[in-house]
Amino acid sequence: MNYQYPDERGHFGEYGGRYVAETLMPALLELEQAYTEASQDETFQQEFQYYLKHYVGRPSPLYFAERLTQELGGAKIYLKREDLNHTGAHKVNNTVGQILLARRMGKKKVIAETGAGQHGVATATVAALFGMECEVFMGKEDIRRQSLNVFRMKLLGAKVHEVTSGTATLKDAMNDAMRYWVTHVRDTFYVIGTVAGPHPYPLMVRDFQSVIGAEAKDQLQEAEKALPDVALACIGGGSNAMGLFYPFVEDSSVKLVGVEAAGLGVDTDKHAASISAGSPGVLHGNKTYLLQDEDGQIQHAHSISAGLDYPGVGPEHAHLQDIKRAEYVSVTDAEALEAFQKLTHIEGIIPALESAHAVAEVMKLAPTLSPDKIILVNLSGRGDKDIHTVADALGVDLS
Amino acid sequence: MSRIQATFAALKERHETALIPFITAGDPDLAVTEDVIQALVESGADLIELGIPFSDPMADGPTIQAASERALAAGVTLNGVLQLVTNVRKKTQVPLILMGYYNPIFCYGAERFARDAAVAGVDALLLVDLPPEEIGEISAAMAESGIDLITLLAPTTPPERMKRLAEVAQGYLYYVSMTGVTGVQKISPQEIQRAVEELKGMSAVPVAVGFGITTAEDARAVGAFADGVVVGSALVKIIEENGQSKELLPKVAKFIDELKHGLTAPVS
Repeated sequence: MNYQYPDERGHFGEYGGRYVAETLMPALLELEQAYTEASQDETFQQEFQYYLKHYVGRPSPLYFAERLTQELGGAKIYLKREDLNHTGAHKVNNTVGQILLARRMGKKKVIAETGAGQHGVATATVAALFGMECEVFMGKEDIRRQSLNVFRMKLLGAKVHEVTSGTATLKDAMNDAMRYWVTHVRDTFYVIGTVAGPHPYPLMVRDFQSVIGAEAKDQLQEAEKALPDVALACIGGGSNAMGLFYPFVEDSSVKLVGVEAAGLGVDTDKHAASISAGSPGVLHGNKTYLLQDEDGQIQHAHSISAGLDYPGVGPEHAHLQDIKRAEYVSVTDAEALEAFQKLTHIEGIIPALESAHAVAEVMKLAPTLSPDKIILVNLSGRGDKDIHTVADALGVDLS
Repeated sequence: MSRIQATFAALKERHETALIPFITAGDPDLAVTEDVIQALVESGADLIELGIPFSDPMADGPTIQAASERALAAGVTLNGVLQLVTNVRKKTQVPLILMGYYNPIFCYGAERFARDAAVAGVDALLLVDLPPEEIGEISAAMAESGIDLITLLAPTTPPERMKRLAEVAQGYLYYVSMTGVTGVQKISPQEIQRAVEELKGMSAVPVAVGFGITTAEDARAVGAFADGVVVGSALVKIIEENGQSKELLPKVAKFIDELKHGLTAPVS
């Protein structure tokens, strides 16, 4: 199959595009041009690869989870260990790429939105590395839930803006980051943390994150001389999933599975499963699946994992759903918590609650497949940041 | 000739600048908005921009965000806004421009919206987050119903893009007076003047200026070179402060009267 998306206007079929105020359009056109040039420039690519290797610590290992495989008694399970990257998640692949591009464009200042704080930390980290000014927008509610990451960002020299508008979570942080950007667009580069937002962000973030799938493909070739039968990842905005999926998208034998956060259940009003239980709409610069009411008002998302707690999804996932190239399923808070504990007990790996959603789906899927099948799972981040949330959920008092 | 064209033509005859107040429809509820519109018209508003409430108003500052939240809390929907326009249209021929974000229109369906809005008496639509690059998906439907699509231009818009957009503009052009969100910063009329004068030279339609015009002095300074001035946050603030009180309509009328007086009095 030949897969050529997005088109030159940034559309993935019906989705994507550039739904932004006129004030930002020239900046997006400039960014698109700068990115197109950089992506064809050998020097830029070498610089990107240099920092991925020496600063992020790539390639990240591909680990055969032997005990988990035995326990589940089905397909072989391989974990792509993005949790072992510098700063503890896949987010840094993208912030290295975007901040190198910002430097190339002569921008002195970067801004970012963050939910759980992982993208905020990854942005603040790379901004510190290059001596750039950094401001991060974070919902008041998330600041409370993720105080450790807030302190980390401050230590790294970033200014953290507390966002109190709307629901005071990730979507509102993104609104306020956009408002700040529109006001300071001439000298500020907006580092978006996922494969969403106006074109060229979904394309650019996918490209920077594709190192995940590309490495895993080579590593699995070496280990098994085979492609995976299933490539599986959790989805909030969907950057770790897109990074894993993209290098396999033309390999039609590889089943792509995205795992959304079902929160308390997709049949309740407390979940974050935009594809499984949402509908198409326009928010934050792109057309995609959203959680919204019939009047097009955006609804609250809920997930135990702050990183999946977003009422939308990257437009390319919406497209992959519509053309049936990927399958989207969902996993509840309770199932994710169980998987979090299982992986910790049996493999000695404490996953991020986001990644625990992917592991939970593997626990359902692996026993249904024969032992000659291979599941490739993106373990997108480590779980240290979630220890308090997990303790709370398990009724353990850490104070 | 459309209501918008007729209004600007009549103002031109009288050498007047159009006063275009913005309010959020349904803030604090639809009944009050209907009364406020009446007060606006009686105290000198020439055209009225009515905001469609949206949960995530990314181009707006705190004042209009809060207005949107109040309207949504009152249960206002796009259907409700169109009903409001239907009611208002029985009483006045003032041009009514619906302003807002694309998602509520997208969910309503562009073709259905165009038909219903035209029947209700809407003259034009201004969607902040539907730039020329994407507007093709609704332009045919709006054209068929005779609803103008108002184009926004910003200080960051490059000259050749400005020219291209000005040439195909409908109704009037809305020049955003600064890089920023609504109602937060003070404007600098001198900086705006050059851009607006250039724009008038390129455009067949009138040029209105908005974002950051808060006082009669601002309005007069900008009105000296623009064809219209839009006043939003400052008016919405009065609605926020007086809500359901009896003071609301007299205060709105007084403010509009001051603005209008500022626009019609000769610049000293």
